[in-house]
Amino acid sequence: MRPSRKLAALVALSFLLSACGSGGSDSGSGSGTDGKEGVLAPYDATKAGGTLRLVAKGAAGTLDPHINYTLQFWQLYQATYDGLLAFRKVDGPRSFETVPDLAEALPELSDGGKTLTFTLRKGIKFSDGRDVTVKDVKASYERIFKVSSPTAGGFYNGIIGADKCLEKPATCNLDQGVIIDEATNQIVIKLTAPDATINYKLALPHASILPADAPSKDAGTTPIPTTGPYMFQSYDPNKELKLVRNPNFKEWNREAQPAAYPDEIVYSFGLTAEAQVNAIKNDQADWMLDPIPADRLSELGTELPDQIKIHTLTAMWYLPMNVNIAPFNNVKARQAVNYALDRNAMVKIFGGEQLASPACTFLPPGFPGHKDFCQYTKGASVEAPAQTWAEPDIEKAKQLVQESGTAGAKVGVVVSDDEVNKAMGEYVQSVLNQIGYKATLKPISSNIQFTYIQNTKNKVQISVTQWYQDFPAAMDFLYILLGCESFVPGSDSSINMAGYCNKTINQRMIAAMDLGVTDQEAANKEWGDIDEAVMAESPVAVAFTPKQVDFLSARVKNYNFSKQFYMLVSQLQVK
Amino acid sequence: MTTAGPALELSSESPGKIAFRTLVRDRRTWIAASLLSLIVALTLAAPFYAASISKTDPFVSTINGTFILDSKEIAVLQQSTEGLGLGVNPIGPTWQIGPYFLGADNQGRDVAARLLYGGTNTLLIGFASAALTLLLATILGIVAGYSGRAVDSVISRILDVIWAFPVYLLSISLSVVLLTSGFKWGPISLEAGSLYLPILIIGLVYIPYVARPIRGQVLALREREFVKAAIGSGAKNGTIIFREILPNVIPSVLVFIPLMVSLAMLTESALSFLSIGVQPPDASWGTIIRDGLGLLYTRPLVALLPGLMIVITAVSLNLMGDAVRDALDPKARLRGAF
Repeated sequence: MRPSRKLAALVALSFLLSACGSGGSDSGSGSGTDGKEGVLAPYDATKAGGTLRLVAKGAAGTLDPHINYTLQFWQLYQATYDGLLAFRKVDGPRSFETVPDLAEALPELSDGGKTLTFTLRKGIKFSDGRDVTVKDVKASYERIFKVSSPTAGGFYNGIIGADKCLEKPATCNLDQGVIIDEATNQIVIKLTAPDATINYKLALPHASILPADAPSKDAGTTPIPTTGPYMFQSYDPNKELKLVRNPNFKEWNREAQPAAYPDEIVYSFGLTAEAQVNAIKNDQADWMLDPIPADRLSELGTELPDQIKIHTLTAMWYLPMNVNIAPFNNVKARQAVNYALDRNAMVKIFGGEQLASPACTFLPPGFPGHKDFCQYTKGASVEAPAQTWAEPDIEKAKQLVQESGTAGAKVGVVVSDDEVNKAMGEYVQSVLNQIGYKATLKPISSNIQFTYIQNTKNKVQISVTQWYQDFPAAMDFLYILLGCESFVPGSDSSINMAGYCNKTINQRMIAAMDLGVTDQEAANKEWGDIDEAVMAESPVAVAFTPKQVDFLSARVKNYNFSKQFYMLVSQLQVK
Repeated sequence: MTTAGPALELSSESPGKIAFRTLVRDRRTWIAASLLSLIVALTLAAPFYAASISKTDPFVSTINGTFILDSKEIAVLQQSTEGLGLGVNPIGPTWQIGPYFLGADNQGRDVAARLLYGGTNTLLIGFASAALTLLLATILGIVAGYSGRAVDSVISRILDVIWAFPVYLLSISLSVVLLTSGFKWGPISLEAGSLYLPILIIGLVYIPYVARPIRGQVLALREREFVKAAIGSGAKNGTIIFREILPNVIPSVLVFIPLMVSLAMLTESALSFLSIGVQPPDASWGTIIRDGLGLLYTRPLVALLPGLMIVITAVSLNLMGDAVRDALDPKARLRGAF
């Protein structure tokens, strides 16, 4: 997933997903939270009330939870919509675990993991007063396909009948895949194959349960009734989004959907990042979405350290290199870039060592399957990797460029046109020129860069982009971003931007997913080895692991950071 | 009794000499010429400054670079150590002759060296675009005005179409398209990112602004007795244009030169500020202002200095333009006075 604006349609992945356990280790070091890690404090009614004021440069598009694929609104969906399952709403690594939400319990597995049985809780109402029923559940899963949710093909295609729904979304019918029993409130989901990550997928906003009569098209700016503590009252993408309390909400599982503190949440759009910082400093806003401008970081870190919260993310900034066109169709050319890239320089552009860490591996530190190794640092090689990245090796890079016979080739570096990405691109351009290429920088609008670099028609050679996990599973990085099935030539939804497809390694990935069904530990070890095998072929250059910086107003209390969906908005206290 | 009063005295000097003498005697000319000469000399010294004084390559990112200042090794980009230690700031001005006299930008490049190189590009684009505009506009204006009828109508309508678009909107649109795909027309081929692209774009968009007044002037000249006499005596069109029309149009073109250079320079800076003019790692004053935008709170000089250079150069050119206009057309000054 991308951090804020969009992820366009993921991929039409025909996943052969297999099982895996829940959670996953996380060594990310959270800091500055007000809550106790792993546990949400008991609700304190005396702290409830007030208006939470959020600010951002722009809105995130449609309000439809089955379509919107931005962290900006996913953060809000955590306090508005519910699925059968949810990610645990706590501070720290346990937030990667799934818990029953609208379902009474985690699913009972049968038929070798291909059948999941849930029982829907009774007494839960939508914000318009109607009861949540099993009919709503089935209709919601069908709606994922009817509205062509960006993850319909990637995440939910394993449900029996999904293939036909993908072909003909308008008439989607999951009678065989989602079987409901109104008398017992039971829901049985049947899969074509065991899927270790199905719990995660059912806990994502795209699997939210909506009223059965929700429109079978993008709801746009029209709010759909909610089940969580808030409902959307009004939305003008050019101005403001307002959330108010859902009068029908009653806490049923604090770990899944805790009662909220602020009475209202007002999200204002149209402020520059500079203006957002000033608004918070002047107590006119409580939190800003956009990254703090580079020239304000030092000032805020010095003057208002208590209002800054920093957390390591399971994400990466990286440079996909197109393995199908010159010069990066030559493995030595790709390796040269990896050797030449000074990760510390990129960390500095991002804001310094407190905000990012140099990285070398595809799986971020703390992520399931991560293994420490670095083949492209001074003194290391593919055959004899070092443990961590230390410094670039420009001489070796120049030598590899010469050996590859690609010296002097023209290379276009495609980046988003925002300040940080453009600076990264300029740095990459300088490095490429240093090692023997003739590089040009191609900054394009942030709104289209992510899809532009996916489409092979645009003949992008190298780009700078980011990936933030959808859920804590190694396949969400390696298989999604570098699997053969993720490479769709000519499509804007070809998330495998490098166009990398090594059939042997792809088979290993599929086998690792299968292995996860029975032995997650062994599967994770295999993912680590796959990471090393992939990086030996250098389809990408991983630059660094970013950290999340939240800048809050002085009045905000009870800050909790979920590793899955970041700051828990509903738990902030402003009274 | 005399019949020759002072008003009827005829000077033995040619109009050109009188204009030149007037121009030389104008203080504005000297102020503008001095400032412009200084700026041009400084920008031409950019390679020398980079190689011998700053001893840095202003086109290479040196984010992790260091340099020696007062016998100490200093990082070009410095990690903040106060408070939470957030942020990385490029070094500010050292105010010592040597590296980073005016500090570094966010890529760790020497701001002074880039300012000089940037000036070279901005001035080059300004002068080259103005030259292109004036050359094409003069040709089109004369051809339209002298030919009349169908030729005049065609040229005038084409100029009207270009005129219909606001100059910045047209420049931005052309830049966005050409910067992505480059420019190829017959044997002329310009790569995306080439310095010639902004010259071409700016040179083209200002043509109507010069061609139309020239056309009007030629239309008036065509009705003058000396032109009619030349036509009546059987002179060829080419002869009439080069011997009778052009010499009378040139003073107007000369007046346009400083104005057009100034306009072209400002347009280039605006386009480069929007990332659609000069492309990195090349510099222009516009690109440096953009680079400095993200450093306004910590290193404001990075954005302010190129802005100041643009102001000084534009003011100098406008002063020069006023002086040239007054020298060539004293009536204009009188009109201005009343």
